[in-house]
Amino acid sequence: MSIAVRGLHKSFDGHPVLRDVSLDVPDGELVALLGPSGCGKTTLLRIVAGLEVPDAGEVLHRGEDVSSVSARDRNVGVVFQHYALFRHMTVAENVGFALRVRKRPRREVDARVDELLALVQLDGLRNRYPTQLSGGQRQRVALARALATSPRILLLDEPFGALDARVRQELRRWLRRLHDELHVTSVFVTHDQEEAFEVADRVVLMNQGRIEQVGTPAQVFEEPASPFVIRFLGAVNVFQGHVEGGRAIVNELEFKAPGATDRSRAHVFVRPHELEIHRAPVPGSFRARVERLVPLGGAVRIDLSAPGYGGGTVEVEVDLRRSEALALAPGDAVHLSPRRVRVFPAAADDSLTASGL
Amino acid sequence: MSDASAGPADAIAPVPERAPVSARARARPRPRRVDEDPPLVRWGLTLLALGFLSAFVLVPCAAVVVEALRDGVRLWWTALVDPDALAAIRLTVLVAAIAVPLNALFGLAAAWSITRFRYRGKSALVSLIDLPFGVSPVISGMVTVLLFGAQGWFGPWLVERGWKVVFAVPGIVLATVFVTFPFVARELIPFMESQGLEEEEAAHVLGASGWQLFMKVTLPNVKWSLLYGVILCNARAMGEFGAVSVVSGHIRGLTNTLPLHVEILYNEYAFRAAFAVASLLFLLALVTLVAKKTLEWRQHHARHAARRSVTP
Repeated sequence: MSIAVRGLHKSFDGHPVLRDVSLDVPDGELVALLGPSGCGKTTLLRIVAGLEVPDAGEVLHRGEDVSSVSARDRNVGVVFQHYALFRHMTVAENVGFALRVRKRPRREVDARVDELLALVQLDGLRNRYPTQLSGGQRQRVALARALATSPRILLLDEPFGALDARVRQELRRWLRRLHDELHVTSVFVTHDQEEAFEVADRVVLMNQGRIEQVGTPAQVFEEPASPFVIRFLGAVNVFQGHVEGGRAIVNELEFKAPGATDRSRAHVFVRPHELEIHRAPVPGSFRARVERLVPLGGAVRIDLSAPGYGGGTVEVEVDLRRSEALALAPGDAVHLSPRRVRVFPAAADDSLTASGL
Repeated sequence: MSDASAGPADAIAPVPERAPVSARARARPRPRRVDEDPPLVRWGLTLLALGFLSAFVLVPCAAVVVEALRDGVRLWWTALVDPDALAAIRLTVLVAAIAVPLNALFGLAAAWSITRFRYRGKSALVSLIDLPFGVSPVISGMVTVLLFGAQGWFGPWLVERGWKVVFAVPGIVLATVFVTFPFVARELIPFMESQGLEEEEAAHVLGASGWQLFMKVTLPNVKWSLLYGVILCNARAMGEFGAVSVVSGHIRGLTNTLPLHVEILYNEYAFRAAFAVASLLFLLALVTLVAKKTLEWRQHHARHAARRSVTP
């Protein structure tokens, strides 16, 4: 079932949490709401679920306005951040809860519980209590419980947040496979870029109560729509420059800045892996000195000092073979040339750097 | 260092050398941990606590039991089955049977509204709940008289309809309810606050009605806290003296609760009977204590068992 929200506003105690948020989630898609804590992503999810009432705006499920429908009647599956399993009920009782409160016949409930426990691979644990389960198992019980009434929409609040790294990895893949089987329209909240990219079809980037960009993982990474997006999705070097004749000028380098106003300030963003290292100067390069080499497994991060660029320090990432070929050592003088840059006007960026990144 | 590596020539030398080393180690004072006090302080404090406890709790309790049974179990029993004593027992049980469920309901409602909703004046409500703890019970009794007595605000209206509140059972119940209403609420509010709302929200999203949500999720979660509050509330309801004393009128066999009956007997120099009835109240205290401990142990044990079974 498709989800749409239109012009949502919400504030808590006069503090705005969502400002004019509109979003479409097509039927059967798995979407991640990604952003730093306090960006409003959980509030948006709770409004879609019906657990929170927006100050303005509407929520549509399959084109129908459900703003006045209570969470109880929206038939939405929700997996809470800390799972919220009923601690005095067994796994089977937890999973069958939604059917029992609907007064379904016992045989039907039992059959459905068996089916769901098989789906989440917890067949043997039906008589355990939540406290007797591991984090990953609890998460799967929560999911099975949310799916009991075959909801057309599944909402997950930081579904992997409370798990340790390895379990999280496994569950991510498992959730993705499950979604491919069930095709239930799903929205999940996360602050972890890797998680969003691995699981979701599309990523919704949120900051300070606004949606910054919506797109596939590749889109938002390759074509970030704002300085916030580029900063949030991984490490980036920022060079300060100014605009002259449609070009951003950083010291002796020039970059295309279409549409930028003349004599305004501009920020030039370069990802560490999009900087080339040369032993000799090449056109469009600037001088830097190697400070430190940090091995990262398959790649090497090189910290350099470059007066006038990125506050004096620049990060470059090269793969292991390239690093061996260069045979760099701290103190070496090198030349860096950006392969690809993104230029944003500085004013827009300034307002976003305050977001606590 | 190891002896094996030492050459034959050195074999004897290390032996005499070792003794002074260990002697020095013994002499050197070990640094004291935070939770370690010198024996004098440790024993002094323990003795002080024990002494205080004996003087103010153990000795009086023992005195009650000893005095009650001084002339034998038979006389003790006679004092208890005295019609006035029986009436006092019945009245005490009746008052508690009305006041405790009322306060359990009120406590649940108050705790629910305080922990579940956001509204203005909530902190004022929390302070108001504590009021009976801060006010002398005598004043609570006097307020009841002021409101419902023959000369009171609602007195004439009640008299017209032939309803007797003060110097009758309703007045005693009212005073008891007032004095004991914080117990359940006080127990539940912090517990429900610490639990948060997630389970209730989950139940709501899963389609539970308000009543189902309360019966299937909230109540099972708070049941031990609730019971704990009820036990404390009951102990106070049965033992309340001050407030009840003002409104009861001390009519023997009619408006005397157990504590009032003890006082009357005592004032009439019927010490043996007074202590016999007092021993009942002492028994109530014991039962309360055991029930309280059992509940605490149960909660602890359940949590512990749960933790143990998590590790495979």
